[in-house]
Amino acid sequence: MGILEVKNVSKRFGGLKALDNVNLSIQENTVHAIIGPNGAGKSTLLNCFVGKLIPDTGSVMFDGHSLLGVTPYKINQLGVSRVFQTPEIFAELTVLENVMIPCFAHRDGSFRMHAFETVDAEVEIREKAEAMLHDVNMLDKKNEHAGSLSRGDKRRLEMAMCLAQDPKLLLLDEPTAGMARADTNNTIELLKDIKKKRDITMVIIEHDMHVVFSLAERITVLAQGTPLVEDVPEKIKGHPKVQEAYLGGH
Amino acid sequence: MQLFGLSKKDTLFLLIVIFLTLATPILLQPFAEGSGLAQFNAGYPDLMQRFAIYGIFAIGFNILFGLTGYLSFGHAAFLGVGSYSAVWMFKLLTMNVIPGIILAVIVSGLFALLIGWISLRRSGIYFSILTLAFAQMSYNLAYSVLTPLTNGETGLQIRLTDPRLLDGANTTGSLPTTNLFGLAMNDSIRLEFFGRLFTFNVGYYFSAVMAIIVFYIALRIFRSPFGLMLRAVKTNQTRLNYTGVNTRPYTLAAFVISGMYAGLAGGLLAAMDPLAGAERMQWTASGEVVLMTILGGAGTMMGPVLGAGFIKYFENIFSKINDNVLHNWFGALPDGLENFLVDLVHPFVGKGWHLTLGMLFVLVVMFLPGGLVEGGQRIAALFRRKRKPDGSGPKHQPKQAPHVAE
Repeated sequence: MGILEVKNVSKRFGGLKALDNVNLSIQENTVHAIIGPNGAGKSTLLNCFVGKLIPDTGSVMFDGHSLLGVTPYKINQLGVSRVFQTPEIFAELTVLENVMIPCFAHRDGSFRMHAFETVDAEVEIREKAEAMLHDVNMLDKKNEHAGSLSRGDKRRLEMAMCLAQDPKLLLLDEPTAGMARADTNNTIELLKDIKKKRDITMVIIEHDMHVVFSLAERITVLAQGTPLVEDVPEKIKGHPKVQEAYLGGH
Repeated sequence: MQLFGLSKKDTLFLLIVIFLTLATPILLQPFAEGSGLAQFNAGYPDLMQRFAIYGIFAIGFNILFGLTGYLSFGHAAFLGVGSYSAVWMFKLLTMNVIPGIILAVIVSGLFALLIGWISLRRSGIYFSILTLAFAQMSYNLAYSVLTPLTNGETGLQIRLTDPRLLDGANTTGSLPTTNLFGLAMNDSIRLEFFGRLFTFNVGYYFSAVMAIIVFYIALRIFRSPFGLMLRAVKTNQTRLNYTGVNTRPYTLAAFVISGMYAGLAGGLLAAMDPLAGAERMQWTASGEVVLMTILGGAGTMMGPVLGAGFIKYFENIFSKINDNVLHNWFGALPDGLENFLVDLVHPFVGKGWHLTLGMLFVLVVMFLPGGLVEGGQRIAALFRRKRKPDGSGPKHQPKQAPHVAE
């Protein structure tokens, strides 16, 4: 039994079958990559994990909870964090404040009327946020305006924000999209480091094969809304079906 | 020195605000009586009360708009509800203002809970339209349908025949005045020194103390984790949802708090002058508080107060400058030039004060998007740069979050 169990999930957009009877089991503490050509349904599948989309049929179970029809903030409180293709951060706040917010959400739950405490007095929260920033090498930028960071730094900040919640499952939607080679390699190192330091399950959607084969312990190949094959990276590389559907052109 | 759980900087800030508020009757009376500039003095009770009361209204509005970015176009509804509640208290219970103001805050808070609960299901322009629609409905209800409660067109007033259970029957003589445990709101002490007349009015000081209290509460909210969450709502709601935060109760709480501030302001308006009319709920009144907040600087602590002061000053002072006054000013010039100058200035003063205010608003929005507060900050930065030519100018300091109040 995996931490994330996807059973018979289908999703249609009008006449388009985005997901067709997907079955997937993500094991705890693994890095699982989902790859596939454009339009294979990778993002649709991910959106079914976080409450953004509700599948037409089938079930998605996380850690014993059904995720169908559950709102994004509740899914997050269960322990699922998500990194977006374009980093979603609080651009008008400082870097430190950006990380303190998930720390508050982790400690206080989805709502708390803490109007008469002061942010400055929350030493524990600040120290935790600073530790997270230290982990992603951004502590020196803590007072900077998050909106003025470089793309790579925004990505690292978003990662720190997700990790501040101690998620059980971290979903990464093309974490290196639009990045320069150096930034991509930094991100790979960062993710490897995170995996080494804590018990965490990661699901990565990625186009960049370099990233996928550097990180993934298991790979699922998705094509036209259906999983073609699932296996360890070494086997995926040589798999004839995969070569034909996806890797052939590269 | 740190007071009431504020940081050093904020304590100093609060003390300055308290000083300025208490000294307003002196500070706003800079010109000698009888001098040509005396009409620019703003230190008379009626206007000072408005500064304090509309300041409260704008501070509350800023908690919603400045922090969460939700632009309500219907906050005058809460102002009106506050006024009606207070006047009913004056009619039924006592002319003491305390019960009236308490009821005003409670009723407007409940009303805000209802309207906010519905309106906050949408965001952006749809939210604004919903609040506008609710406020206009309230206005029309007060104007016609609910006449037994609001006395329709005429407005709700106190009468000699009202029961006033706590004050005892008093059916002869003149209408009683609103008071604070016997201290009449329209009582004033007048002092004259340095050729200037200073009026220390009970109503103003009562409103001023209320304003200081709610300013302090707003400051605490701004500095709290709750305030941080509200600012996060403004900058990225998607991320907040995917961070496990339910944004709805946060925005609803902000909406209700700002509704209660508006109710307090409405109650105080009635306490200064015990009548309540439907026009207080008109959309123009809702628009005015939006203008105040943006003109002063949305999201800052001082901005809304400055904006409220600015607009009320224009409304009361500029509108009094008529052609006679202008002819007086330019009287020393040759006739042709005098008439030309009077004609030139005429559209911008007197009844044309809206034109000046409108132009000022356009200029501020175009060149100082952070409002008057940003203007002040820029001037301060200019001086700082002059003093320190060694390259350690403001450029190299960490950028402040735009919401940090100055």
